Amino acid sequence: MASKIAVAVLVIIILSAAFAPFITPYDPVKIDLDNIKEPPGLKHPLGTDQKGRDILSRILYGGRFSVGIAIIAGTISLCLGLMVGLLSGYYRGKVDVLLMMFVDLVLSFPSLLLAIGISVVFPPGIFTVIIAIVAVGWASFARLIRGHVLRLKEAAYIDAARVIGCSDMRIILKHILPNCLPLSFVVFGIKLGGYILTESALSFLGLGAQPPMPTWGSMISLNRIYISSAPWMVLFAGGAIVLTTVCFNILGDALRDRYGVSG
Amino acid sequence: MKEILSVQSLKKYFSAKGGDSLKAVDDVSFSVREGDVFGLVGESGCGKSTLARLILRLIIPTDGRIVFDGMSVADAHGETLSKIRRGLQIIFQDPFASLNPRKRIIDAIGEALIVNKLAQRAEVKDKVAELLAKVGLNGSTLYKYPHELSGGQRQRICIARALSVNPKLIVADEPLSALDVSIQAQIINLLEDLHRASNLSFVFISHNLQVIEHFTDMVAVMYLGKIVEMSPTEAFFREPLHPYTEALLSAVPVPEVDRQRKRIILEGDVPSPLHIPSGCPFHPRCPKRFEPCDKIVPVLKEARKGRVVSCLLWE
Repeated sequence: MASKIAVAVLVIIILSAAFAPFITPYDPVKIDLDNIKEPPGLKHPLGTDQKGRDILSRILYGGRFSVGIAIIAGTISLCLGLMVGLLSGYYRGKVDVLLMMFVDLVLSFPSLLLAIGISVVFPPGIFTVIIAIVAVGWASFARLIRGHVLRLKEAAYIDAARVIGCSDMRIILKHILPNCLPLSFVVFGIKLGGYILTESALSFLGLGAQPPMPTWGSMISLNRIYISSAPWMVLFAGGAIVLTTVCFNILGDALRDRYGVSG
Repeated sequence: MKEILSVQSLKKYFSAKGGDSLKAVDDVSFSVREGDVFGLVGESGCGKSTLARLILRLIIPTDGRIVFDGMSVADAHGETLSKIRRGLQIIFQDPFASLNPRKRIIDAIGEALIVNKLAQRAEVKDKVAELLAKVGLNGSTLYKYPHELSGGQRQRICIARALSVNPKLIVADEPLSALDVSIQAQIINLLEDLHRASNLSFVFISHNLQVIEHFTDMVAVMYLGKIVEMSPTEAFFREPLHPYTEALLSAVPVPEVDRQRKRIILEGDVPSPLHIPSGCPFHPRCPKRFEPCDKIVPVLKEARKGRVVSCLLWE
């Protein structure tokens, strides 16, 4: 039940971000100094910010960046993680030792700190956020998938495939990879919420998407000084982050139960 | 008759914790003639499955030679290896684990045909249907996934997959033990039919002695990684030579009351292969042990014509 609601909410969030121009008449970056710090009302359902920009528009357009960045960064992390995990788990030996040492190294950094470091080196922007998330994200996928491959490799059907003459590449791609996908999607679902948070945190720190481009994190960051006088400027953006993160986590949990994978 | 498989002084030691080595297969030699069924019996953990995996080159031996159809298995590569792969197939114990849960039957068997270039993509369906018919399944299973099939059906699929490359020898590693008794009979009949219809040889691993008696031409008994007795099947069941074999055979229920053997109960469990007893490895459990058994290691010697046994009683 909870998972169905979560999916419905996610669909609504994603669709409304995609079709934002049809839902709200306001331009998210257009400054309107006649209507600054307008509380929620009929004209502006979620109010306006200190430059008179419509909060609803900014949340909807911001969702494009926040959710979009999380999905793109998650997909790249998953692909890299799958590649490293499959090679490492299948071939073992020196390759495995080296790759896993590198994974441990990456995982031993506090992920946000590493992301901040990367954002400092590269010019702030969307691509930097994606690079920062991927730089940490691939490692946890790699570690998890490697463990799964180690288990799968012992299955008799892998021996059977070898006996009928399948090459290593074919065994990895046709036998092991398809059996890694359910686990990958489950973890992907769980991680997406975290990536949205990372993106928000980086934007909050001013290292992500640059103004006037709205993202949920930057909306909180820019408006936080008004939290007592005009709380709607911050609360709705924060609510969007919480809602989306929670929904992705519920979705991930539901997928995990469905496919009976642990971890 | 021509030998299809010859195993010479085969050894497989696994390294265990603390520098010990686990002698899973220790100096095993035997050969299988073309068209014969060679039976291999022994308790769990005696090295039967390791031996099967060695023959199939799923693992590399520590020492010794395996020659299949004139080709050395352990150091084969390239074209020779694919030739060995085509000639030498295996049926595993657990038909649930030996089929990829994400592959339909047509893809599981078709893969063997495609990898070995035995069929064009367009012909795969017909050829797989043909193979399924051979193992007594109809075309409706073609597009099913393994979880939609019963254990017996899955084992038939595994047999069809093994047959798809026209092998000369099939290693059957306890192909019956995961199946219901009624299904066991069907599968053994299927294997017998296949054996009779072609010149297919088998290495048949089992701890079901009735099936061994019924199906095999030669039998070898393994204990702690070594062959302790090897003999033509008929003589083996008429007169077991090794005390271990005697004990195994005494455990087989016999339908006739007056032919009932006296049951020999072995003391203790199989020792750990990490700590193989001194002298004859069987001596701590042997009901016939005598003075030098714990000191002298017996070797395989011909005790009767065509029959070898490693026991000091026969030296």
